[in-house]
Amino acid sequence: MTRKINASRRSLVKAGAGAAVVAGAAGLSGCASTGPSIGSGGKKLGRVVVIGGGFGGATAAKYISMWSEGAIEVTMIEREPEFVSCPISNLVIGGSRKMNEITRSYNTLAGRGVKVVQDEVTLIDPAKQTVTTRKGQTLQYDRLVVSPGIDFQFEKINGLNAEAQKVVLHSWKAGAQTVALRAQLEAMADGGTYILSIPKAPYRCPPGPYERACQVASYFKQAKPKSKVLVLDGNADIQSKKGLFTKAWNELYPGMITYTPNMVVSEVDVKNKTLITEVGDRVRGDVLNVVPEQKAGNLASAAGLVNVNNRWCGVDWTTLESTVHKNIHVLGDATASAPAMPKSGHMANQHGKAAAAAIVEIMNGRQPMALTMANTCYSFVDAANVVHVASVHAYDAGQKTMVSVKGAGGLSSVASEVEGKYALAWARNIWADMLT
Amino acid sequence: MRKVASLLAVPLLVLTAQAAQANTQLAGRYLAANCANCHGTNGQSVGGMEALAGYDRGRFVQTMKAFQSGEKPATLMHQIAKGYTDEQINLMADFFAGQKKAR
Repeated sequence: MTRKINASRRSLVKAGAGAAVVAGAAGLSGCASTGPSIGSGGKKLGRVVVIGGGFGGATAAKYISMWSEGAIEVTMIEREPEFVSCPISNLVIGGSRKMNEITRSYNTLAGRGVKVVQDEVTLIDPAKQTVTTRKGQTLQYDRLVVSPGIDFQFEKINGLNAEAQKVVLHSWKAGAQTVALRAQLEAMADGGTYILSIPKAPYRCPPGPYERACQVASYFKQAKPKSKVLVLDGNADIQSKKGLFTKAWNELYPGMITYTPNMVVSEVDVKNKTLITEVGDRVRGDVLNVVPEQKAGNLASAAGLVNVNNRWCGVDWTTLESTVHKNIHVLGDATASAPAMPKSGHMANQHGKAAAAAIVEIMNGRQPMALTMANTCYSFVDAANVVHVASVHAYDAGQKTMVSVKGAGGLSSVASEVEGKYALAWARNIWADMLT
Repeated sequence: MRKVASLLAVPLLVLTAQAAQANTQLAGRYLAANCANCHGTNGQSVGGMEALAGYDRGRFVQTMKAFQSGEKPATLMHQIAKGYTDEQINLMADFFAGQKKAR
Protein backbone atom coordinates (compact mmCIF):
# COMPACT_ATOMS: atom_id res chain seq x y z
CA MET A 1 0.00 0.00 0.00
CA THR A 2 2.90 2.34 0.84
CA ARG A 3 4.29 1.88 -2.64
CA LYS A 4 0.95 2.90 -4.09
CA ILE A 5 0.87 6.18 -2.15
CA ASN A 6 4.42 7.00 -3.16
CA ALA A 7 3.64 6.24 -6.78
CA SER A 8 0.63 8.55 -6.59
CA ARG A 9 2.76 11.34 -5.15
CA ARG A 10 5.39 10.91 -7.83
CA SER A 11 2.77 11.10 -10.54
CA LEU A 12 1.30 14.16 -8.89
CA VAL A 13 4.55 16.02 -9.33
CA LYS A 14 4.54 14.99 -12.98
CA ALA A 15 0.94 16.05 -13.32
CA GLY A 16 1.71 19.48 -11.97
CA ALA A 17 4.68 19.87 -14.26
CA GLY A 18 2.64 18.76 -17.23
CA ALA A 19 0.00 21.31 -16.42
CA ALA A 20 2.57 24.08 -16.45
CA VAL A 21 3.67 23.08 -19.93
CA VAL A 22 0.24 22.40 -21.34
CA ALA A 23 -1.80 25.23 -19.95
CA GLY A 24 0.87 27.67 -18.87
CA ALA A 25 -0.52 27.51 -15.34
CA ALA A 26 1.64 28.60 -12.46
CA GLY A 27 3.78 25.83 -11.00
CA LEU A 28 2.59 23.05 -8.78
CA SER A 29 -0.61 24.58 -7.49
CA GLY A 30 -2.32 21.18 -7.63
CA CYS A 31 -0.17 19.92 -4.77
CA ALA A 32 -1.61 22.36 -2.27
CA SER A 33 -5.14 21.07 -2.59
CA THR A 34 -6.74 19.70 0.58
CA GLY A 35 -10.47 19.68 -0.10
CA PRO A 36 -12.51 18.25 -2.95
CA SER A 37 -12.17 19.79 -6.38
CA ILE A 38 -15.48 21.53 -5.67
CA GLY A 39 -14.48 25.18 -5.79
CA SER A 40 -11.00 24.42 -7.09
CA GLY A 41 -11.09 27.80 -8.80
CA GLY A 42 -9.42 27.67 -12.20
CA LYS A 43 -6.48 25.57 -11.02
CA LYS A 44 -5.00 23.29 -13.67
CA LEU A 45 -4.09 19.77 -12.62
CA GLY A 46 -2.81 18.38 -15.89
CA ARG A 47 -3.93 16.51 -18.96
CA VAL A 48 -5.64 13.17 -19.44
CA VAL A 49 -5.89 11.54 -22.85
CA VAL A 50 -8.63 8.93 -23.31
CA ILE A 51 -8.35 6.40 -26.12
CA GLY A 52 -11.69 4.97 -27.22
CA GLY A 53 -15.17 6.46 -27.06
CA GLY A 54 -17.17 3.41 -26.05
CA PHE A 55 -19.06 2.78 -22.82
CA GLY A 56 -15.81 2.88 -20.82
CA GLY A 57 -13.81 5.64 -22.50
CA ALA A 58 -16.56 8.18 -23.10
CA THR A 59 -17.79 7.77 -19.52
CA ALA A 60 -14.28 8.25 -18.12
CA ALA A 61 -13.72 11.33 -20.29
CA LYS A 62 -16.96 12.97 -19.22
CA TYR A 63 -16.64 12.16 -15.54
CA ILE A 64 -12.98 13.26 -15.26
CA SER A 65 -13.92 16.61 -16.76
CA MET A 66 -17.08 16.92 -14.65
CA TRP A 67 -15.59 15.83 -11.33
CA SER A 68 -12.45 17.93 -11.75
CA GLU A 69 -14.63 20.88 -12.78
CA GLY A 70 -12.41 21.43 -15.77
CA ALA A 71 -9.17 21.43 -13.73
CA ILE A 72 -8.08 18.37 -15.69
CA GLU A 73 -7.86 18.87 -19.45
CA VAL A 74 -9.47 15.87 -21.18
CA THR A 75 -8.93 14.85 -24.81
CA MET A 76 -10.75 11.78 -26.12
CA ILE A 77 -9.52 10.11 -29.31
CA GLU A 78 -12.02 7.93 -31.15
CA ARG A 79 -11.72 6.62 -34.70
CA GLU A 80 -15.46 6.39 -35.44
CA PRO A 81 -17.43 9.57 -36.23
CA GLU A 82 -20.41 8.57 -34.07
CA PHE A 83 -21.19 6.28 -31.18
CA VAL A 84 -23.10 3.12 -32.15
CA SER A 85 -24.35 1.03 -29.24
CA CYS A 86 -23.80 -2.72 -29.08
CA PRO A 87 -26.65 -3.06 -26.53
CA ILE A 88 -29.95 -2.86 -28.49
CA SER A 89 -28.09 -3.65 -31.76
CA ASN A 90 -29.52 -7.19 -31.77
CA LEU A 91 -32.91 -5.52 -32.25
CA VAL A 92 -31.65 -3.92 -35.46
CA ILE A 93 -30.58 -7.39 -36.61
CA GLY A 94 -34.06 -8.66 -35.69
CA GLY A 95 -35.62 -5.76 -37.57
CA SER A 96 -37.63 -4.08 -34.80
CA ARG A 97 -35.22 -1.12 -34.42
CA LYS A 98 -33.24 1.06 -36.83
CA MET A 99 -29.58 2.13 -36.76
CA ASN A 100 -30.45 5.77 -36.01
CA GLU A 101 -32.08 4.61 -32.76
CA ILE A 102 -28.78 3.15 -31.50
CA THR A 103 -26.53 5.92 -32.84
CA ARG A 104 -25.50 9.00 -30.89
CA SER A 105 -23.27 12.01 -31.58
CA TYR A 106 -19.98 12.64 -29.79
CA ASN A 107 -20.49 16.40 -30.16
CA THR A 108 -22.39 16.66 -26.88
CA LEU A 109 -19.22 15.79 -24.91
CA ALA A 110 -17.89 19.27 -25.70
CA GLY A 111 -20.58 20.62 -23.36
CA ARG A 112 -18.81 18.73 -20.57
CA GLY A 113 -15.44 20.21 -21.51
CA VAL A 114 -14.14 17.13 -23.32
CA LYS A 115 -12.19 17.69 -26.53
CA VAL A 116 -13.13 14.91 -28.95
CA VAL A 117 -10.68 14.10 -31.74
CA GLN A 118 -11.67 11.75 -34.55
CA ASP A 119 -8.45 9.89 -35.20
CA GLU A 120 -6.80 6.59 -34.38
CA VAL A 121 -3.95 6.09 -31.92
CA THR A 122 -1.17 4.08 -33.53
CA LEU A 123 1.46 4.30 -30.79
CA ILE A 124 1.56 4.66 -27.02
CA ASP A 125 4.91 5.54 -25.46
CA PRO A 126 4.57 4.86 -21.72
CA ALA A 127 8.08 6.18 -21.00
CA LYS A 128 7.63 9.55 -22.70
CA GLN A 129 3.92 9.60 -21.76
CA THR A 130 2.83 10.37 -25.31
CA VAL A 131 0.40 8.94 -27.84
CA THR A 132 0.79 9.27 -31.61
CA THR A 133 -2.13 9.15 -34.03
CA ARG A 134 -2.62 8.02 -37.61
CA LYS A 135 -3.04 11.63 -38.71
CA GLY A 136 0.39 12.35 -37.22
CA GLN A 137 -0.46 14.16 -34.00
CA THR A 138 1.55 13.52 -30.85
CA LEU A 139 -0.13 14.27 -27.54
CA GLN A 140 1.49 14.43 -24.11
CA TYR A 141 -0.44 13.01 -21.16
CA ASP A 142 -0.09 13.00 -17.39
CA ARG A 143 -2.47 10.05 -17.22
CA LEU A 144 -3.77 7.91 -20.06
CA VAL A 145 -7.05 6.00 -20.22
CA VAL A 146 -7.07 3.07 -22.65
CA SER A 147 -10.52 1.71 -23.46
CA PRO A 148 -9.96 -0.22 -26.69
CA GLY A 149 -12.71 -2.82 -26.40
CA ILE A 150 -12.08 -6.19 -27.98
CA ASP A 151 -10.48 -7.54 -31.11
CA PHE A 152 -11.03 -10.99 -32.60
CA GLN A 153 -8.75 -14.02 -32.82
CA PHE A 154 -9.64 -14.74 -36.45
CA GLU A 155 -6.50 -16.84 -36.74
CA LYS A 156 -8.11 -19.53 -34.55
CA ILE A 157 -10.58 -20.30 -37.35
CA ASN A 158 -9.08 -21.69 -40.54
CA GLY A 159 -10.37 -20.06 -43.67
CA LEU A 160 -11.70 -16.97 -41.89
CA ASN A 161 -9.33 -14.68 -43.79
CA ALA A 162 -10.00 -11.09 -44.81
CA GLU A 163 -11.99 -12.19 -47.86
CA ALA A 164 -14.12 -14.68 -45.89
CA GLN A 165 -14.76 -12.05 -43.20
CA LYS A 166 -16.69 -10.04 -45.79
CA VAL A 167 -19.41 -12.71 -45.93
CA VAL A 168 -19.04 -14.57 -42.64
CA LEU A 169 -19.84 -11.74 -40.23
CA HIS A 170 -19.42 -11.48 -36.47
CA SER A 171 -21.58 -8.36 -36.03
CA TRP A 172 -20.13 -8.25 -32.51
CA LYS A 173 -19.18 -4.59 -32.87
CA ALA A 174 -22.19 -2.47 -33.68
CA GLY A 175 -22.02 -0.55 -36.94
CA ALA A 176 -21.55 -1.61 -40.55
CA GLN A 177 -21.68 -5.32 -39.65
CA THR A 178 -25.00 -4.87 -37.85
CA VAL A 179 -26.50 -3.50 -41.05
CA ALA A 180 -24.81 -6.15 -43.19
CA LEU A 181 -26.09 -9.08 -41.12
CA ARG A 182 -29.61 -7.66 -41.24
CA ALA A 183 -29.29 -7.48 -45.03
CA GLN A 184 -28.13 -11.13 -45.21
CA LEU A 185 -31.15 -12.24 -43.18
CA GLU A 186 -33.51 -10.22 -45.38
CA ALA A 187 -31.95 -11.73 -48.51
CA MET A 188 -32.22 -15.30 -47.22
CA ALA A 189 -35.07 -17.37 -48.66
CA ASP A 190 -37.76 -18.79 -46.37
CA GLY A 191 -36.75 -22.28 -45.34
CA GLY A 192 -33.11 -21.24 -44.96
CA THR A 193 -30.81 -21.78 -41.99
CA TYR A 194 -29.06 -19.15 -39.90
CA ILE A 195 -26.09 -20.41 -37.87
CA LEU A 196 -24.69 -18.55 -34.89
CA SER A 197 -21.31 -19.72 -33.60
CA ILE A 198 -20.57 -18.60 -30.02
CA PRO A 199 -16.93 -18.37 -28.86
CA LYS A 200 -15.56 -19.86 -25.68
CA ALA A 201 -15.91 -17.53 -22.70
CA PRO A 202 -14.76 -14.96 -21.78
CA TYR A 203 -16.25 -12.87 -24.55
CA ARG A 204 -18.04 -9.51 -24.78
CA CYS A 205 -21.66 -9.57 -23.50
CA PRO A 206 -22.33 -13.06 -22.06
CA PRO A 207 -26.10 -13.09 -22.76
CA GLY A 208 -25.72 -11.37 -26.16
CA PRO A 209 -25.57 -14.48 -28.38
CA TYR A 210 -28.68 -16.00 -26.83
CA GLU A 211 -30.54 -12.71 -27.26
CA ARG A 212 -29.42 -12.66 -30.89
CA ALA A 213 -30.85 -16.15 -31.43
CA CYS A 214 -34.17 -14.82 -30.05
CA GLN A 215 -34.10 -11.77 -32.32
CA VAL A 216 -33.35 -13.72 -35.48
CA ALA A 217 -36.05 -16.28 -34.56
CA SER A 218 -38.49 -13.44 -33.90
CA TYR A 219 -37.87 -12.14 -37.42
CA PHE A 220 -38.18 -15.61 -38.97
CA LYS A 221 -41.42 -16.26 -37.08
CA GLN A 222 -43.03 -13.21 -38.70
CA ALA A 223 -41.40 -13.19 -42.14
CA LYS A 224 -39.83 -16.61 -42.85
CA PRO A 225 -41.57 -19.20 -40.67
CA LYS A 226 -40.03 -22.25 -42.38
CA SER A 227 -36.51 -21.08 -41.49
CA LYS A 228 -34.25 -22.41 -38.74
CA VAL A 229 -31.80 -21.01 -36.19
CA LEU A 230 -28.84 -23.21 -35.27
CA VAL A 231 -26.85 -22.14 -32.23
CA LEU A 232 -23.39 -23.73 -32.01
CA ASP A 233 -21.97 -22.92 -28.60
CA GLY A 234 -18.24 -23.26 -28.01
CA ASN A 235 -19.08 -23.55 -24.32
CA ALA A 236 -20.47 -26.52 -22.39
CA ASP A 237 -23.67 -24.65 -21.59
CA ILE A 238 -25.65 -21.42 -22.02
CA GLN A 239 -23.49 -18.75 -20.37
CA SER A 240 -26.16 -16.42 -18.97
CA LYS A 241 -29.89 -16.46 -18.06
CA LYS A 242 -30.11 -20.12 -19.09
CA GLY A 243 -33.58 -20.86 -17.73
CA LEU A 244 -35.06 -17.65 -19.10
CA PHE A 245 -33.62 -18.12 -22.59
CA THR A 246 -34.56 -21.80 -22.75
CA LYS A 247 -38.12 -20.92 -21.75
CA ALA A 248 -38.28 -18.17 -24.41
CA TRP A 249 -36.97 -20.50 -27.12
CA ASN A 250 -39.44 -23.25 -26.24
CA GLU A 251 -42.48 -21.05 -25.78
CA LEU A 252 -41.99 -18.29 -28.36
CA TYR A 253 -40.16 -20.18 -31.09
CA PRO A 254 -41.08 -23.87 -30.76
CA GLY A 255 -39.14 -26.08 -33.16
CA MET A 256 -37.25 -23.17 -34.66
CA ILE A 257 -34.08 -22.91 -32.53
CA THR A 258 -31.66 -25.81 -32.10
CA TYR A 259 -29.00 -25.34 -29.46
CA THR A 260 -25.86 -27.52 -29.41
CA PRO A 261 -23.18 -27.08 -26.72
CA ASN A 262 -19.45 -27.88 -27.06
CA MET A 263 -19.32 -26.91 -30.73
CA VAL A 264 -15.97 -25.17 -31.16
CA VAL A 265 -15.85 -23.93 -34.73
CA SER A 266 -12.28 -24.20 -36.02
CA GLU A 267 -12.80 -23.88 -39.78
CA VAL A 268 -15.00 -22.05 -42.25
CA ASP A 269 -15.68 -23.36 -45.75
CA VAL A 270 -17.12 -20.29 -47.42
CA LYS A 271 -17.74 -21.90 -50.82
CA ASN A 272 -19.88 -24.65 -49.29
CA LYS A 273 -21.36 -22.36 -46.61
CA THR A 274 -20.20 -24.81 -43.97
CA LEU A 275 -18.78 -24.47 -40.47
CA ILE A 276 -16.47 -27.23 -39.28
CA THR A 277 -15.82 -27.93 -35.60
CA GLU A 278 -12.54 -29.00 -34.02
CA VAL A 279 -13.80 -32.61 -33.88
CA GLY A 280 -14.84 -32.57 -37.54
CA ASP A 281 -18.60 -31.92 -37.35
CA ARG A 282 -19.77 -30.12 -40.48
CA VAL A 283 -22.79 -27.83 -40.34
CA ARG A 284 -24.18 -26.17 -43.45
CA GLY A 285 -26.21 -22.95 -43.37
CA ASP A 286 -27.39 -20.05 -45.51
CA VAL A 287 -26.32 -17.23 -43.22
CA LEU A 288 -23.16 -17.90 -41.23
CA ASN A 289 -22.66 -15.64 -38.20
CA VAL A 290 -19.39 -16.56 -36.54
CA VAL A 291 -18.30 -14.70 -33.41
CA PRO A 292 -14.61 -15.57 -32.94
CA GLU A 293 -12.78 -15.79 -29.64
CA GLN A 294 -11.70 -12.42 -28.31
CA LYS A 295 -8.87 -10.51 -26.68
CA ALA A 296 -8.15 -6.95 -25.55
CA GLY A 297 -8.17 -4.47 -28.45
CA ASN A 298 -5.02 -4.64 -30.59
CA LEU A 299 -3.76 -1.29 -29.34
CA ALA A 300 -3.54 -2.72 -25.82
CA SER A 301 -1.23 -5.53 -26.90
CA ALA A 302 0.83 -3.16 -29.06
CA ALA A 303 1.34 -0.99 -25.97
CA GLY A 304 2.42 -3.99 -23.91
CA LEU A 305 -0.60 -3.74 -21.62
CA VAL A 306 -1.68 -7.36 -22.14
CA ASN A 307 -0.37 -9.52 -19.31
CA VAL A 308 -3.13 -12.04 -18.49
CA ASN A 309 -3.43 -15.26 -20.56
CA ASN A 310 -1.84 -13.42 -23.45
CA ARG A 311 -5.26 -11.84 -24.09
CA TRP A 312 -6.34 -9.39 -21.38
CA CYS A 313 -5.03 -6.40 -19.43
CA GLY A 314 -4.45 -6.79 -15.71
CA VAL A 315 -5.53 -3.79 -13.63
CA ASP A 316 -5.45 -2.66 -10.01
CA TRP A 317 -9.18 -2.64 -9.23
CA THR A 318 -8.91 0.31 -6.84
CA THR A 319 -7.80 2.62 -9.67
CA LEU A 320 -8.12 0.61 -12.92
CA GLU A 321 -4.42 1.38 -13.40
CA SER A 322 -2.54 -1.13 -15.53
CA THR A 323 -0.41 -3.64 -13.63
CA VAL A 324 2.21 -3.17 -16.38
CA HIS A 325 2.53 0.57 -16.95
CA LYS A 326 2.17 3.40 -14.43
CA ASN A 327 -0.18 6.28 -15.26
CA ILE A 328 -2.13 4.18 -17.75
CA HIS A 329 -5.64 3.06 -16.81
CA VAL A 330 -7.37 0.29 -18.78
CA LEU A 331 -11.15 -0.06 -18.88
CA GLY A 332 -13.97 -2.24 -20.04
CA ASP A 333 -13.92 -5.45 -22.03
CA ALA A 334 -10.12 -5.26 -22.47
CA THR A 335 -9.50 -5.87 -18.75
CA ALA A 336 -8.87 -9.27 -17.24
CA SER A 337 -12.33 -9.35 -15.68
CA ALA A 338 -12.62 -9.84 -11.93
CA PRO A 339 -14.40 -13.08 -10.88
CA ALA A 340 -18.10 -13.05 -11.89
CA MET A 341 -17.70 -9.66 -13.55
CA PRO A 342 -19.19 -9.65 -17.06
CA LYS A 343 -17.72 -7.89 -20.08
CA SER A 344 -20.67 -5.55 -20.58
CA GLY A 345 -21.32 -1.95 -21.58
CA HIS A 346 -22.86 -1.25 -18.19
CA MET A 347 -19.79 -2.65 -16.43
CA ALA A 348 -17.48 -0.60 -18.70
CA ASN A 349 -19.43 2.53 -17.76
CA GLN A 350 -18.80 1.69 -14.10
CA HIS A 351 -15.11 1.09 -14.83
CA GLY A 352 -15.05 4.53 -16.47
CA LYS A 353 -16.39 6.15 -13.32
CA ALA A 354 -14.07 4.21 -11.02
CA ALA A 355 -11.06 5.25 -13.12
CA ALA A 356 -12.32 8.84 -13.32
CA ALA A 357 -12.70 8.98 -9.53
CA ALA A 358 -9.21 7.55 -9.00
CA ILE A 359 -7.64 9.92 -11.52
CA VAL A 360 -9.37 12.98 -10.05
CA GLU A 361 -8.32 11.96 -6.53
CA ILE A 362 -4.72 11.20 -7.46
CA MET A 363 -4.29 14.37 -9.51
CA ASN A 364 -5.69 16.36 -6.58
CA GLY A 365 -3.06 14.79 -4.33
CA ARG A 366 -5.54 12.68 -2.43
CA GLN A 367 -5.72 8.95 -1.80
CA PRO A 368 -8.11 7.17 -4.22
CA MET A 369 -10.86 5.06 -2.64
CA ALA A 370 -11.94 1.62 -3.83
CA LEU A 371 -15.40 1.80 -5.35
CA THR A 372 -18.43 -0.43 -5.52
CA MET A 373 -19.78 -1.20 -9.00
CA ALA A 374 -23.14 -2.48 -10.19
CA ASN A 375 -24.11 -4.29 -13.38
CA THR A 376 -27.39 -4.71 -15.21
CA CYS A 377 -27.78 -6.57 -18.50
CA TYR A 378 -31.16 -6.58 -20.20
CA SER A 379 -31.93 -9.02 -23.02
CA PHE A 380 -34.88 -8.88 -25.42
CA VAL A 381 -36.48 -12.29 -26.03
CA ASP A 382 -38.69 -10.76 -28.76
CA ALA A 383 -39.35 -7.17 -29.84
CA ALA A 384 -40.93 -6.17 -26.51
CA ASN A 385 -40.32 -8.65 -23.69
CA VAL A 386 -37.15 -8.53 -21.66
CA VAL A 387 -35.19 -10.46 -19.02
CA HIS A 388 -32.34 -9.13 -16.89
CA VAL A 389 -29.35 -10.23 -14.87
CA ALA A 390 -27.99 -7.88 -12.21
CA SER A 391 -25.04 -7.94 -9.81
CA VAL A 392 -23.13 -5.71 -7.41
CA HIS A 393 -19.33 -5.91 -7.11
CA ALA A 394 -17.23 -4.59 -4.23
CA TYR A 395 -13.48 -4.43 -3.73
CA ASP A 396 -12.04 -7.12 -1.46
CA ALA A 397 -8.78 -5.83 0.01
CA GLY A 398 -7.67 -9.33 1.05
CA GLN A 399 -8.11 -10.84 -2.41
CA LYS A 400 -7.13 -7.56 -4.13
CA THR A 401 -9.96 -7.89 -6.62
CA MET A 402 -13.64 -7.12 -7.08
CA VAL A 403 -16.03 -9.77 -5.74
CA SER A 404 -19.80 -10.18 -6.07
CA VAL A 405 -21.63 -8.87 -3.02
CA LYS A 406 -23.30 -11.89 -1.43
CA GLY A 407 -27.09 -11.78 -1.34
CA ALA A 408 -27.26 -9.07 -4.00
CA GLY A 409 -28.06 -9.44 -7.69
CA GLY A 410 -30.19 -11.94 -9.53
CA LEU A 411 -32.37 -12.62 -12.53
CA SER A 412 -35.84 -11.71 -13.74
CA SER A 413 -38.46 -14.17 -12.57
CA VAL A 414 -40.13 -13.99 -15.98
CA ALA A 415 -39.80 -12.10 -19.29
CA SER A 416 -42.01 -9.01 -19.31
CA GLU A 417 -42.99 -5.92 -21.26
CA VAL A 418 -42.43 -3.83 -18.13
CA GLU A 419 -38.77 -4.77 -18.25
CA GLY A 420 -38.82 -4.08 -21.99
CA LYS A 421 -39.72 -0.47 -21.21
CA TYR A 422 -37.02 -0.33 -18.54
CA ALA A 423 -34.46 -1.76 -20.95
CA LEU A 424 -35.09 1.02 -23.48
CA ALA A 425 -35.05 3.64 -20.70
CA TRP A 426 -31.78 2.10 -19.47
CA ALA A 427 -30.32 2.56 -22.96
CA ARG A 428 -31.41 6.19 -23.23
CA ASN A 429 -30.07 6.98 -19.76
CA ILE A 430 -26.72 5.22 -20.09
CA TRP A 431 -26.07 6.80 -23.49
CA ALA A 432 -26.82 10.19 -21.95
CA ASP A 433 -24.69 9.33 -18.91
CA MET A 434 -21.64 8.75 -21.11
CA LEU A 435 -22.16 11.36 -23.82
CA THR A 436 -24.10 14.38 -22.53
CA MET B 1 4.93 25.06 25.90
CA ARG B 2 1.70 23.34 26.74
CA LYS B 3 -0.25 26.50 25.91
CA VAL B 4 1.35 26.79 22.48
CA ALA B 5 0.57 23.16 21.75
CA SER B 6 -3.10 23.55 22.60
CA LEU B 7 -3.37 26.66 20.45
CA LEU B 8 -1.96 24.73 17.55
CA ALA B 9 -4.26 21.80 18.14
CA VAL B 10 -7.43 23.79 17.53
CA PRO B 11 -6.92 24.66 13.85
CA LEU B 12 -5.55 21.19 13.21
CA LEU B 13 -8.75 19.65 14.56
CA VAL B 14 -10.85 21.99 12.42
CA LEU B 15 -8.85 21.06 9.36
CA THR B 16 -9.22 17.35 10.10
CA ALA B 17 -12.98 17.72 10.52
CA GLN B 18 -13.21 19.61 7.22
CA ALA B 19 -11.15 16.97 5.48
CA ALA B 20 -13.35 14.21 6.88
CA GLN B 21 -16.48 16.00 5.69
CA ALA B 22 -14.97 16.54 2.25
CA ASN B 23 -14.04 12.87 2.15
CA THR B 24 -17.62 11.89 2.99
CA GLN B 25 -18.96 14.13 0.23
CA LEU B 26 -16.56 12.58 -2.25
CA ALA B 27 -17.50 9.06 -1.17
CA GLY B 28 -21.17 9.95 -1.70
CA ARG B 29 -20.50 11.45 -5.11
CA TYR B 30 -18.65 8.35 -6.28
CA LEU B 31 -21.16 5.90 -4.83
CA ALA B 32 -24.09 7.77 -6.36
CA ALA B 33 -22.46 7.41 -9.77
CA ASN B 34 -23.39 3.70 -9.49
CA CYS B 35 -27.02 4.76 -9.97
CA ALA B 36 -26.42 7.12 -12.90
CA ASN B 37 -26.35 4.41 -15.59
CA CYS B 38 -30.11 4.05 -15.24
CA HIS B 39 -31.21 7.09 -13.22
CA GLY B 40 -29.17 9.73 -15.05
CA THR B 41 -25.99 11.66 -14.31
CA ASN B 42 -26.27 13.08 -10.77
CA GLY B 43 -29.73 11.49 -10.66
CA GLN B 44 -31.08 13.62 -13.51
CA SER B 45 -32.94 10.96 -15.47
CA VAL B 46 -33.55 11.63 -19.16
CA GLY B 47 -36.80 9.68 -18.94
CA GLY B 48 -38.32 6.29 -18.24
CA MET B 49 -36.54 5.91 -14.88
CA GLU B 50 -37.21 7.72 -11.64
CA ALA B 51 -35.09 10.87 -11.23
CA LEU B 52 -33.10 10.81 -7.98
CA ALA B 53 -31.82 14.40 -8.06
CA GLY B 54 -33.39 16.39 -5.25
CA TYR B 55 -34.85 13.22 -3.70
CA ASP B 56 -35.82 13.65 -0.05
CA ARG B 57 -33.09 12.12 2.10
CA GLY B 58 -35.38 10.17 4.41
CA ARG B 59 -37.50 8.91 1.56
CA PHE B 60 -34.43 7.67 -0.31
CA VAL B 61 -33.20 5.67 2.69
CA GLN B 62 -36.67 4.31 3.40
CA THR B 63 -37.18 3.29 -0.24
CA MET B 64 -33.85 1.46 -0.42
CA LYS B 65 -34.66 -0.33 2.85
CA ALA B 66 -38.05 -1.34 1.48
CA PHE B 67 -36.37 -2.73 -1.65
CA GLN B 68 -33.92 -4.67 0.54
CA SER B 69 -36.66 -6.20 2.69
CA GLY B 70 -38.88 -6.97 -0.29
CA GLU B 71 -41.62 -4.79 1.16
CA LYS B 72 -41.51 -2.65 -1.99
CA PRO B 73 -42.04 -4.79 -5.10
CA ALA B 74 -39.57 -4.32 -7.96
CA THR B 75 -38.37 -5.94 -11.15
CA LEU B 76 -34.68 -5.38 -10.32
CA MET B 77 -34.06 -2.83 -7.56
CA HIS B 78 -34.58 -5.38 -4.77
CA GLN B 79 -31.53 -7.22 -6.15
CA ILE B 80 -29.37 -4.10 -6.54
CA ALA B 81 -30.34 -2.53 -3.19
CA LYS B 82 -29.03 -5.55 -1.30
CA GLY B 83 -25.54 -4.75 -2.58
CA TYR B 84 -25.15 -1.65 -0.40
CA THR B 85 -24.60 -1.12 3.33
CA ASP B 86 -26.63 1.29 5.48
CA GLU B 87 -23.67 3.64 5.52
CA GLN B 88 -23.42 3.60 1.72
CA ILE B 89 -27.16 4.21 1.36
CA ASN B 90 -26.91 7.19 3.72
CA LEU B 91 -24.06 8.65 1.65
CA MET B 92 -26.06 8.26 -1.57
CA ALA B 93 -29.12 9.81 0.08
CA ASP B 94 -27.08 12.85 1.14
CA PHE B 95 -25.67 13.24 -2.35
CA PHE B 96 -28.99 13.05 -4.20
CA ALA B 97 -30.76 15.33 -1.68
CA GLY B 98 -28.16 17.96 -2.54
CA GLN B 99 -28.66 17.75 -6.31
CA LYS B 100 -30.84 20.11 -8.31
CA LYS B 101 -33.93 18.49 -9.78
CA ALA B 102 -33.81 18.02 -13.53
CA ARG B 103 -35.87 20.51 -15.50
